Amino acid sequence: MAIDPVNARPERDFKSARPLTACRFDPTGRFLFAAAEDCSVQRFDLLTGDVAAFTGHRSWVRGIAFIPAPGGGPAGVASFERGRGALAALAGGPARAAPPPPVRPFLVVSTDYHGRLLWWRGDLPDCGPVRAVDAHDGWARAVAVNAAGTVIATCGNDRLVKLWAAADGAPLRTLDGHDCHVYNVAFHLAGTRLASADLKGVVKDWDLGTGRCERDLDAKALHKYDTGFSADIGGARSMAFDARGARLACAGITNVSNAFAGVGNPLVVVLDWKDGKPRQLKPKDAFQGTAWGVAFHPAGFVLAAGGGNGGQAWFWKGDETVGSHTVGLPASARDLALSPSGERFAVAGANGVASVYSLLPGNPRPTGPKK
Amino acid sequence: MNPASYACGSPAHAVSRRAFLGSALGAAGVLGAGGFASAAANARLAGAGKRVLVVFLHGGASQLETWDPKPGTDTGGPFRAIPTSVPGTYVGELLPETAKRMHRLALVRGVNTADDDHARGATIMLTGRRPEAGIEYPHLGAVAARLLGSESAELPGHIAIHAGGSGFGKQDAAFLGPRYGSVALGNGKPPPELLRPAGLTEDADRRREDLRKKLNARFARSRRTAATEAYAESYDQAERVFRRAGVFDVGQEGPKAAERYGRHDFGRHLLLARRLLEAGVTYVKVSHTNYDTHHENFDFHIEQLGEFDRPFAALLDDLADRGMLESTLVVVMSEFGRTPRINHLYGRDHWSKAWSVALGGCGIAPGAVVGKTNATGTGVTDREVNAGHLFHTYLRAVGLNPKKNFYPNDRPVAVADPAADAIGEILV
Repeated sequence: MAIDPVNARPERDFKSARPLTACRFDPTGRFLFAAAEDCSVQRFDLLTGDVAAFTGHRSWVRGIAFIPAPGGGPAGVASFERGRGALAALAGGPARAAPPPPVRPFLVVSTDYHGRLLWWRGDLPDCGPVRAVDAHDGWARAVAVNAAGTVIATCGNDRLVKLWAAADGAPLRTLDGHDCHVYNVAFHLAGTRLASADLKGVVKDWDLGTGRCERDLDAKALHKYDTGFSADIGGARSMAFDARGARLACAGITNVSNAFAGVGNPLVVVLDWKDGKPRQLKPKDAFQGTAWGVAFHPAGFVLAAGGGNGGQAWFWKGDETVGSHTVGLPASARDLALSPSGERFAVAGANGVASVYSLLPGNPRPTGPKK
Repeated sequence: MNPASYACGSPAHAVSRRAFLGSALGAAGVLGAGGFASAAANARLAGAGKRVLVVFLHGGASQLETWDPKPGTDTGGPFRAIPTSVPGTYVGELLPETAKRMHRLALVRGVNTADDDHARGATIMLTGRRPEAGIEYPHLGAVAARLLGSESAELPGHIAIHAGGSGFGKQDAAFLGPRYGSVALGNGKPPPELLRPAGLTEDADRRREDLRKKLNARFARSRRTAATEAYAESYDQAERVFRRAGVFDVGQEGPKAAERYGRHDFGRHLLLARRLLEAGVTYVKVSHTNYDTHHENFDFHIEQLGEFDRPFAALLDDLADRGMLESTLVVVMSEFGRTPRINHLYGRDHWSKAWSVALGGCGIAPGAVVGKTNATGTGVTDREVNAGHLFHTYLRAVGLNPKKNFYPNDRPVAVADPAADAIGEILV
């Protein structure tokens, strides 16, 4: 089935009691996890529509990642494929064909603004956190898990990047080198390098073997010191490698003319991982706000979403630097998640709604930019 | 109380050998103030005088991130509340150093100023009155300079330190007259004109001054007036401030103090404020910009309160260690607070209906907390006060009677809003 940004259309919404702050699909694509301002992490089941709340954080969560099931590929992918019929039924297609498949065990890790890193059984929503670590002094802003599922990376306002053993939470290494809040972290798929990005748009390339920062890359277009308000604004609000590890995307805000009113424009900076050269991706239409989520789609395009004066999702194909397609969202998006299959994406809304959009061909529904 | 009548067209405003001296101190000369004996200033330093320091968190700091946290509620945001040195009193986690000095402060948590406009909010907080047609009221700094200051002060009695430019805010004094207007030290620095230009030798400057005096005396022989006297006097005052230029040099404090106060503008400004208070200035207002966080309130409060907390704590320590805290009223205020509701930009907007002010030092009961807001901070549920109550409280704290009158143009005008009264619960 051809996946194309122009196919993007709302598939379903999951409503939370409070505004959302983050969202991620689990490795099977069956569940969408979304964090809310009530400090909960909600698990939305795309097959059944069930909602479960993971409670244990005492502050807002911005970082969510998954530890794949040991012994092979992502747990439950096959189950998900079998359940597609049921998913289609929920989305308005033919009647449900089969009961939802059982959920294989998997772990979720999440970080909060009290600096805590929690582990959860993603398949058991009622059991509470299975492990907790005081990871950072101040906000822990992001979390990532390496492809092997063995190492967790976190970063935060203590200007540090930290590595943890996924199996037992043991501290492995502290990477010290940023001179301001560290906003995001991402493992390179080769498994030997880690990227971290800070408030000032400095991206560090860490050698995981030595713990040394090998180089700084430039995403400084995502930062400004606003002299009018005497404050820094910026940071990589989202960060993602492409499937080959050839490019790293950082999303945020640029052209800030009034930091305290959020007057600026969303921007994605794509760094060539080999030579470090940055390339700026801008939305097709004028928009005031911040890009809060970014992803590389396996089909070759980049997608991002954000909010400010409304919410939008933006798409760039091939070498485009100005987006060729825009999808209007019902509210400011505070995060974006791409499903493992690439068939759908989700946004975490400031209105408390996690909205799932399909990228598969289907009956088109209007998704133009909201005015 | 005697009437205070001043003409805005005072020649003092034209006395401008140097912009700073010509405006601020020149204004003092209009009234024909007497000498500026340093003995008087020393006497005040010994504790006889009362001083006021206002830290103005410009833009409207969030009460929920500072003095009245509501963690775990829909409006509380992501931060913790932390215990303080006063058992049972909690503040936001972004104030860890201030929390350790809470026994030196009191909190007023039931402030409702009922105006969400920046300019009006600032006026209300600094004058203790709502704006009225036909009359402008003097700012706290002008009132303090007028009622607490010495006629013989060497330095201006009303100084404002902020990130902007330097200048003279005669409007801050309203009917009290420009003598009590604010002297603004932009970015904490006196204008460069304070010091003799490098190309002008001391001898040349003295000869130039002698010539000026000679010409002035010749003029005065035939056309002597109060204005010309004031004009001449302002030069003498300028000379005295010139000799005390070192007061403005925070570099004299050394690296240890700079480290304690923080190596950033606000830290430097607070350190300067301490030096000015020590030097006998009656009222200093230090503005910290900016807290107008409609967007990303939490990130920006981390940044701004991260600057505020440590130097403010250092200042409290220094005032206490020097025995000055008991004679110095310290107030931390904004023009209003911020909305309990968190908007879609992670921001908080303007909220004057339920917010907080912190006070400490002279006349204030240490550790007192008065007023209460509801569970989500949207409204005051106990002991609601407005800026008028606060203004009465400030004056009572420094031993003044806010129920007396000024007499501009022979008309009685109450020093503080007669509809309000002091907040007795936080006064010693």
